[in-house]
Amino acid sequence: MNISVSAKKLSVHLGGQQILRSVSADIPAGKIIGLLGPSGAGKTTFIRAIVGRQRITSGRLTVLDRPAGSASLRGDIGYMTQAPAVYPDLSVQENIRYFATMLGLGKTESAEVIAAVDLDKHSEQLVKTLSGGQKSRVSLAIALLGRPKLLALDEPTVGVDPVLRQQLWRIFADIAASGVSIIVSSHVMDEASRCDELLLIRDGELLAQGSPRELCERTDTKTVEGSFLKLVGEQS
Amino acid sequence: MSPRRTLATSGRVLRQLRHDKRTLALIFLLPCVLLVLVKYIFQSEQALFNSFAPMVLGIFPLIIMFLVTSIATLRERTLGTLDRLMVTPISKLDFVLGYALAFSLLALVQACLASFVVIELLDVPVLAGVLPMLVGAVLAAFLGTAFGLFTSAFASSEFQAVQFLPAFIFPQLLVCGLFVPREQMAKGLQWFADVMPMSYSVDAMKQIASHSYWTGALTRDLMVVVAFALGVLVLGSITIRRQD
Repeated sequence: MNISVSAKKLSVHLGGQQILRSVSADIPAGKIIGLLGPSGAGKTTFIRAIVGRQRITSGRLTVLDRPAGSASLRGDIGYMTQAPAVYPDLSVQENIRYFATMLGLGKTESAEVIAAVDLDKHSEQLVKTLSGGQKSRVSLAIALLGRPKLLALDEPTVGVDPVLRQQLWRIFADIAASGVSIIVSSHVMDEASRCDELLLIRDGELLAQGSPRELCERTDTKTVEGSFLKLVGEQS
Repeated sequence: MSPRRTLATSGRVLRQLRHDKRTLALIFLLPCVLLVLVKYIFQSEQALFNSFAPMVLGIFPLIIMFLVTSIATLRERTLGTLDRLMVTPISKLDFVLGYALAFSLLALVQACLASFVVIELLDVPVLAGVLPMLVGAVLAAFLGTAFGLFTSAFASSEFQAVQFLPAFIFPQLLVCGLFVPREQMAKGLQWFADVMPMSYSVDAMKQIASHSYWTGALTRDLMVVVAFALGVLVLGSITIRRQD
């Protein structure tokens, strides 16, 4: 099995607090991996460590066979931050093209990702005039630039209406089908069923890893939410 | 470092401002309006105004670009766009130079307008002519941008960022020789003024106004300004971290 991200006893301290506690996990490549847990569990920090924005305190974190944060990884990883990190005073196209240039790409690739998130009709529009859902799609488009091998999406569906959420998950499924590894964090447990494999985390610790079905069978529950609650109960 | 990424960053910054017409109008017109105002404050003292106006041209670009840059880079941090850029191959120098270039270009336009007002409309004699004056103004703006980039790293909110203006710029403004000739100030303040870059920006403008040729002192003043700006720019790029 191919591994996209491998964590060994990964710990991260931030401002005197331990955010991740000795997390060990091998994340398979080419699948949609859900990083699930309540807010404050350490999901964002884990994702920031994977994309190389967060220094790790101890342990090892390997991404696409290289240590996280390696310069050679820039361009291989698409990163979508929790809030749509885009320039509100630029048009959709200007935003995409700027980030494309940073990755050494041109207009063709920019048009490609705009089409992938279905924003062709809005490409001349200023981002600040877009709806919240459209903004997150611009943000996703930037993450898709350069056909990254790994996509790290931090709560991409938070505050998004059900129709758009459906749309986004369809896009994710398409991308995963083309061989890209996707790590997507969420605190909405019912999104778990859309992932191939789940990592349940709480208080910076990995509670369990497995497919939604495995997790339900292992804990003898019907839903991922149920198994999460059972695992928390066992732990305390 | 890559010239393409630097230029793309400048282009992006300018494009953002192009969509923000009011900010552009303020950058371009404010110095002109204020200069006219000062002219009438000094209406019975033309000689005083003549020595004052060129110095103002070495100060305005610095202050305005300081403010605009510190807010712009603070926004990059809070919006998360800097986070995003730092996972791309852009180098930190590309980022800061991109900003410096964009705002220096704006400063050039600003300086053209202000020089026109000073020389043509307000009849201030500038012996060295308009070209050295533009050079001086653009370098002052470059310095302001560098300071803005650097100090914005220490601001966690816009409230703090705007107050760095009185904190970092006002002391320099008070001792730069605009209000009282530096030789007349207390000794300690003279030393302080000697290590503050704005003093050199103001001295350069004085040289430009009072000599019909490019003086050695002017070269020295401008070189100090550039050296300061580059130094602060490098410090600014160090404050941007790839990893938190």
